[in-house]
Amino acid sequence: MTGIVILGLDSSIQTILGAGSSPTMTGNDMSATLTSLTDQVLPVEAGAEVTGLGWLGRTAAFALADGSVLLVPPEGEPRRAAVHPDGAVLAAATDGKRIVTGGDDGRVVATGPDGTAREFAASSGWVDALAVHPSGAVAFAAGRRVTALDDKGRAKSWDAPSSARGLAFAPKGYRLAVAHYGGATLWYPNLDTPPELLSWKGSHLDVTWSPDGRFVVTSMQENAMHGWRLQPDRGHMRMTGYAGKPRSFSWSFGGAWLATSGADAAIVWPFGSKEGPTGKAPRECGLRHARVMRVAFHPHVNVLAIGYEDGCVLLVRFEDGAELLARRPAEGSAITALAWDAKGGRLAFGAADGQAGILVLSA
Amino acid sequence: MPDKIPVTVLTGYLGAGKTTLLNRILTEQHGRRYAVIVNEFGEIGIDNDLVVGADEEVFEMNNGCICCTVRGDLIRIIEGLMKRRGKFDAIIVETTGLADPAPVAQTFFVDEDVAQRARLDAVVTVADAKWLSERLKDAPEAKNQIAFADVILLNKTDLVDAAGLEKVEAQIRAINPSATIHRTVNCNVPIGEVLDRKAFDLDRIMEVEPEFLEEGHHHHHDEEIDSFSFRAGEVNPDKFMPWISDLTQREGPNILRCKGIVAFPQEPRRFVFQGVHMILDGDLSREWRPDEKRESRVVFIGRDLNEKAIREGFLACAA
Repeated sequence: MTGIVILGLDSSIQTILGAGSSPTMTGNDMSATLTSLTDQVLPVEAGAEVTGLGWLGRTAAFALADGSVLLVPPEGEPRRAAVHPDGAVLAAATDGKRIVTGGDDGRVVATGPDGTAREFAASSGWVDALAVHPSGAVAFAAGRRVTALDDKGRAKSWDAPSSARGLAFAPKGYRLAVAHYGGATLWYPNLDTPPELLSWKGSHLDVTWSPDGRFVVTSMQENAMHGWRLQPDRGHMRMTGYAGKPRSFSWSFGGAWLATSGADAAIVWPFGSKEGPTGKAPRECGLRHARVMRVAFHPHVNVLAIGYEDGCVLLVRFEDGAELLARRPAEGSAITALAWDAKGGRLAFGAADGQAGILVLSA
Repeated sequence: MPDKIPVTVLTGYLGAGKTTLLNRILTEQHGRRYAVIVNEFGEIGIDNDLVVGADEEVFEMNNGCICCTVRGDLIRIIEGLMKRRGKFDAIIVETTGLADPAPVAQTFFVDEDVAQRARLDAVVTVADAKWLSERLKDAPEAKNQIAFADVILLNKTDLVDAAGLEKVEAQIRAINPSATIHRTVNCNVPIGEVLDRKAFDLDRIMEVEPEFLEEGHHHHHDEEIDSFSFRAGEVNPDKFMPWISDLTQREGPNILRCKGIVAFPQEPRRFVFQGVHMILDGDLSREWRPDEKRESRVVFIGRDLNEKAIREGFLACAA
């Protein structure tokens, strides 16, 4: 870890990356030239596959396949909350204050950093999609039924034409995007306006809304991403060529780039212009001989965290592709979750075998 | 990589006895734990720890393959179930009486994530010995389920006399010459005959299907679903591979199942293949045994297939 100087907060990553010596890497060989941050990682024994991850202030919240949530505060002992006893957490989302989990027990539970859990909805089917709104509203889906609970607890439901897969709230206003077979639907839960279908043939899985609200983008069963320009022309954006399904995506701060998983490198699409990525080639970051499983852009600088199927985690500075190693490959330990805290000083990751960790860049 | 979870698909027309079989499997003392995926509108009364309701959402893949349909809900459910791996040893998928088994089967070949974690073991169809003949006339779904099956339970045999059983079994054979048929009352068959069949395992193809060896055309005058099998000696891989690939691409929508063992000249190993509609899976398998005749055998089960053209195409591949 020679040459690495940790400064405060936002500048810390730039400083670290700047200190790295000629970062070259071929294949899975974690060569000595790649600067390693692995000894800045606080290991976490999650004990079960990490199915969701988020930060509640300075506490990392790991949602697990054994139905519990593991809370790791900056100081003191981790705490375990059995929020879906005998179940599994299928979906999780955070708003910075609580982690909301949906389970195969049909329950939706909010857990705070101190471990207090509150069930606030239940359904007869698996809850496998969730979104939280900055206002405190929560949306979840079980089968075709999508339910939105606003900040005052008013519940509204809408039945998607087929199983609702991904859910995402618009960055502004109380509007929800729902991904399903044949496209995505935009729905105002508290208005009588009919839901608006954005149609595109195929099965749409996850959905995200660009930070400026102009684009809605889905991942697809057909190893592709699909986007709709909401302004000015409702045009389609086809993003194809993936080896696998791009199930993870992350917007750069400001929203000029959308990083995606599903290939042997993070595929990063340019969304800085009003046409979006149409007619433009994506950038590739962190090319290795392993499938990218999760991506997470740093909240304040153009640094992308990439988690791979072989367990490796890299940080890549977007401008020049400089790479830092945050976790070495580990057999059977595919990365399943990645999340930066709000300041970008800590990166939490979780894996399929119940291993997890927190990379501490600045306290 | 842990072993793939075996998946048994249970089909059968309404009232044939699917739920009876399912409950037999679940209550028998076998030490295995099952996750059961039942259709939402199915009969109730299944006693198992892990029962998941499915919606039978059949999706077309937007990949240019017209017959390439999958069960979207199944992909989602298996993704969720895999988060609980270690809590069950096998998966049973029960379909509604009216379901086409093809999208279920194709899901295990088309979806990469599912294919990595689970393997289709066999399609098991329960048929009502008394009513199957009638259903084959008026219900295309019933015919599909017979055509697609690896194992058929000809159930409720106590309601039919010996001549009637012979007749209905001949009808089944006409549609599907390669399935294993068990005559049952209350689905009372040893569970080992139903589970862990490895029917889609290339190494096992046609080892468990003695009747497949009967060459010929199993056409029944009023059946639109046909089956036929051909044999040849050694075939030329440079002719055979493009032929089978082109045939399944062109006729895929009409081919329900196909399988075969093929002998290539100077190749010590057998080439085996199996297909579901347009999806073809093939590889070199074990070596030919010294006492085995090096011959090529193929079987096709499908709808409105041109037998003459397929036979001629196959025979033209001779080495």
